[in-house]
Amino acid sequence: MCKDCSGLNPDIEKKLLEIIEIDKDKKGSAMIILHKVQELIGYIPFEAQKIIAENLNIPMAQIYGIVTFYSRFTLEPVGKYKIGVCLGTACYVKGSDKVLEKIEEILKIKAGQTTDDGKFSIDATRCVGACGLAPVMTVNEDVYGKMEPDKVSEILAKYH
Amino acid sequence: MKSVQDLYDLYEKAKSKFQNRKRHILVCGGTGCTSSNSQKIIEKFEEEFKQNNISDVEIVKTGCFGLCALGPIVIVYPEGSFYSMVKTNDVSQIVQEHIIDGKPVLNLLYKETVLEDGNVKPFSEVNFYKKQHRTALRNCGVIAAENIEEYIAREGYQALAKALTSMKCEEVIDTVKKSGLRGRGGGGFPTGLKWEFTYKSQSDKKFVACNADEGDPGAFMDRSVLEGDPHSVIEAMAIAGYAIGADMGYVYVRAEYPIAVKRLQIAIDQAKKYGLLGENIFGTGFNFDLEIRLGAGAFVCGEETALINSIEGNRGEPRPRPPFPAVKGIFGQPTVLNNVETYANIPQIILNGADWFNSIGTEKSAGTKVFALGGKINNVGLVEVPMGTTLREVIYEIGGGIPNGKKFKAAQTGGPSGGCIPAHLIDTPIDFDSLGAIGSMMGSGGLIVMDEDNCMVNIAKFFLEFTVDESCGKCPPCRIGTKRMLEILNRITDGRGKPGDIEKLEELAKNIKASALCGLGQTAPNPVLSTIKYFRDEYESHINEKRCPAGTCKKLVNVNISNEKCKGCGLCKTVCPASAIDGEKRSTHVIDRDKCIKCGACIEKCPFKAIAFK
Repeated sequence: MCKDCSGLNPDIEKKLLEIIEIDKDKKGSAMIILHKVQELIGYIPFEAQKIIAENLNIPMAQIYGIVTFYSRFTLEPVGKYKIGVCLGTACYVKGSDKVLEKIEEILKIKAGQTTDDGKFSIDATRCVGACGLAPVMTVNEDVYGKMEPDKVSEILAKYH
Repeated sequence: MKSVQDLYDLYEKAKSKFQNRKRHILVCGGTGCTSSNSQKIIEKFEEEFKQNNISDVEIVKTGCFGLCALGPIVIVYPEGSFYSMVKTNDVSQIVQEHIIDGKPVLNLLYKETVLEDGNVKPFSEVNFYKKQHRTALRNCGVIAAENIEEYIAREGYQALAKALTSMKCEEVIDTVKKSGLRGRGGGGFPTGLKWEFTYKSQSDKKFVACNADEGDPGAFMDRSVLEGDPHSVIEAMAIAGYAIGADMGYVYVRAEYPIAVKRLQIAIDQAKKYGLLGENIFGTGFNFDLEIRLGAGAFVCGEETALINSIEGNRGEPRPRPPFPAVKGIFGQPTVLNNVETYANIPQIILNGADWFNSIGTEKSAGTKVFALGGKINNVGLVEVPMGTTLREVIYEIGGGIPNGKKFKAAQTGGPSGGCIPAHLIDTPIDFDSLGAIGSMMGSGGLIVMDEDNCMVNIAKFFLEFTVDESCGKCPPCRIGTKRMLEILNRITDGRGKPGDIEKLEELAKNIKASALCGLGQTAPNPVLSTIKYFRDEYESHINEKRCPAGTCKKLVNVNISNEKCKGCGLCKTVCPASAIDGEKRSTHVIDRDKCIKCGACIEKCPFKAIAFK
């Protein structure tokens, strides 16, 4: 691996270049590519930003600006299991903050952080649109509705 | 499809195919019901059908039925029997008794549909649906969202055919103008005028864009339309393209809506395959193509200039207007930008005419509005009512009232940009102007109901936390001003409020409204202003008496055990994490306030409801 271009794993770098190649001629392609990279690597490391910037021929500062603007793009890896607790209005008035507190207490991390073993990360999310089931928490693609703080440990146990 | 005749031929064919279905079942595949496992229910039905050799009953996966709190929902036709909260274990009973023997399973039906004489009424007769008027949602929960032929069987793409073959661009714009349709995203700007401005802008390249970046907390109208009836939006965007002279469109959808994105993509691909998007549509020489662009979690991108920046692949920051998108939009070209629900109305307007649409609703707010009912209300879900319906009708007749016999306190419309409507104004008709007049706004359609247990200062704080978090940071009034307001609110709810704080909030609010760059900043103070307007006494109690009347603000309340209700069971004592509760078995327990951390664990545990925040 050349020391200049990346600390990325060569396989990933190859895939990254493929992704860029597919979309680079579309107008406004930076966002489209960043979405795919976030999914591929799980976050958008500096090395990847540099490669994207070079290939799209736009300054890396601009790429960095886009990555840090949107909450779905992250500069750090997120946990294997992404826990989301909806703090949208409907969930909030039904006590989702207490569900979040309970998760934070059990995992000993705060919202926005990842556990040391890389297993869980917690996010206080915006409305996930399942207001009929408020309060709602999600673990990756699984949705748990009508939550109560007492149910948290049982749910987390499923992901160990 | 090469001509309009091809469309009508397919329409006749598809219509008779779907009408001649002897029996079919609908299973909701919206986000709410999918979260409550409706996919497993579909699989279970398929499995049961296979085992029982049933091959002539179609299982249709639809979009949202609206009554999300009762999901998963299954409807069995031709009777229209309404099964709510269906579990996978219930499926075999429904198949055996209803599908095979023809007898509805009474104990699994939504209880309102089972009459005293044992007869069953169809789901359309349920109170929740009876008062509704479905235009934008006409196909949601009715057709299979992933099957274009079902849409075509419901007169789909006939509005596009009509516009392309028998109307001039000006006539299309004129029809939309005369219909009185106003933007459903919140602003309420007349849609026809927007189209006309874009039409008149000179350029050889123009764009049509759809705002599906539904970011207001508690709002899920647009998502439901995209999930349940994506073709109506595609058809409308093509009509808009024809009207203004554009051949390219973008739908900007939140990445948080994976089901909507997937169905929209399927729908676009199908439309292309059928020749309803692409080149030379219906042989008229009109070309139109559509692409999806994903948002990435920034509330401000719901603002039109920010959304355009984001479609262009940049940071989603707003810019000053003018120039408006109608003059300078996507990639600097004239762009017409409407919200999902606005588009969903268009095909009906073109087909049925401006007068038909104008006859629904009120004089200045024509048509219907979709609301996402949430919060402290029995029938949480999606409703569509004619403009001018009162809040009382929506909350009590359609929404089924407030749970647990609690009292209605206020409703919040317009999310973080709107305001609250207090109980004494519950008979206000819901339309753009009436809501504006009482200091709230229509907004995109989130309608959050609050009861006596909700503290209005806390609610205002909640919305402001949201805006502070989502402020893009470009202009100081929003970036700094909302932050200062939040600090004051935090102080008030923590019991450190000072006399003069309310006035300070009002002054800051006034300045932010006058000077913020975009609509989101300008409306950010609204929740605070409207709660001060209608619930000033609550602010005063927090500041002057250090008391939270609703018992929500933790630092201002104490946990109290009622002498009369406590039976001395000791459960609270065992659950208390701070060992703050003491008492002998079978005698009233007491809480040591110095130790109590107000976590509320004892309140949740007490079987006699003897403990409460006071």
